[in-house]
Amino acid sequence: MARAATTADTFNAVAEPRRREILDALTQGERPVNELVTLLGLAQPHVSRHLRVLREVGAVVVRDEGRQRLYRLNPQALKPIHDWVASYQHLWEERFDLLEDVLEDLKEEH
Amino acid sequence: MAQASSSTMDVTFPSDTEILITRTLNAPAHLVYRAWTTPELVKKWWPGRRGEMTVAAMDFRVGGAWRYVMVAHGEFQVAFHGTYREIVPNERIVHTEVMEMPGTAPDSEEGAVLNTVTFDGADGGATTVRIRTDAGSKEVRDMIAQSGMEGGVREQFEIIEELAASLT
Repeated sequence: MARAATTADTFNAVAEPRRREILDALTQGERPVNELVTLLGLAQPHVSRHLRVLREVGAVVVRDEGRQRLYRLNPQALKPIHDWVASYQHLWEERFDLLEDVLEDLKEEH
Repeated sequence: MAQASSSTMDVTFPSDTEILITRTLNAPAHLVYRAWTTPELVKKWWPGRRGEMTVAAMDFRVGGAWRYVMVAHGEFQVAFHGTYREIVPNERIVHTEVMEMPGTAPDSEEGAVLNTVTFDGADGGATTVRIRTDAGSKEVRDMIAQSGMEGGVREQFEIIEELAASLT
């Protein structure tokens, strides 16, 4: 199934495994591009392209320091994903809680 | 990851295509199994607190089909179906699961995930339930991720696990 063309969406942006690797690397702190290139073992243009997508959705922010461009994570941009995952998790928690009620009734029958 | 108490649900990622939910319930395995496999009982817990379950059809035998439909409080309908692959009473159920999208045939297995549910006796007459969802392939997993189907959350969970500390 072809991936949707747009990447102007956080869900889409993090669906790409390499971009998740970049985000993972940035959880350790701010990093310059060349460090990410080394860590990922990818050519710099590829890393830059992924970083551009992540910047477009706000998942990373960049600042210049001298000749270096430093990237860091912006967790707030990932909040929509967090919220969605949380609702999935809550659903199963609700199910299990209700299941406990059902089980209490079943136990009383015995 | 240690469980803080029997009421703690644990979510982990055993592989690139899988998600595993674990929860210990305070009842013996045969009763948990009954609650899991009896339509009138399934209706009481499966929709969570989000709506009413209108259909819980279970042809509960290997090769038999099941279909669950719920109407959410928001008035929209959500339906899932699949077939049973393996049934070991009080121990284990393996079944496929398809989230129905507009135009999905009722017997379609396209985009199905494979769920393995196990019921293991735990201390004090409790039962540990494990639900392992396997998307099977990256293609299917991606399709699930894009459709927003439940099993597709693995990727997102992975990120969230990494970022949990900074998201508070």
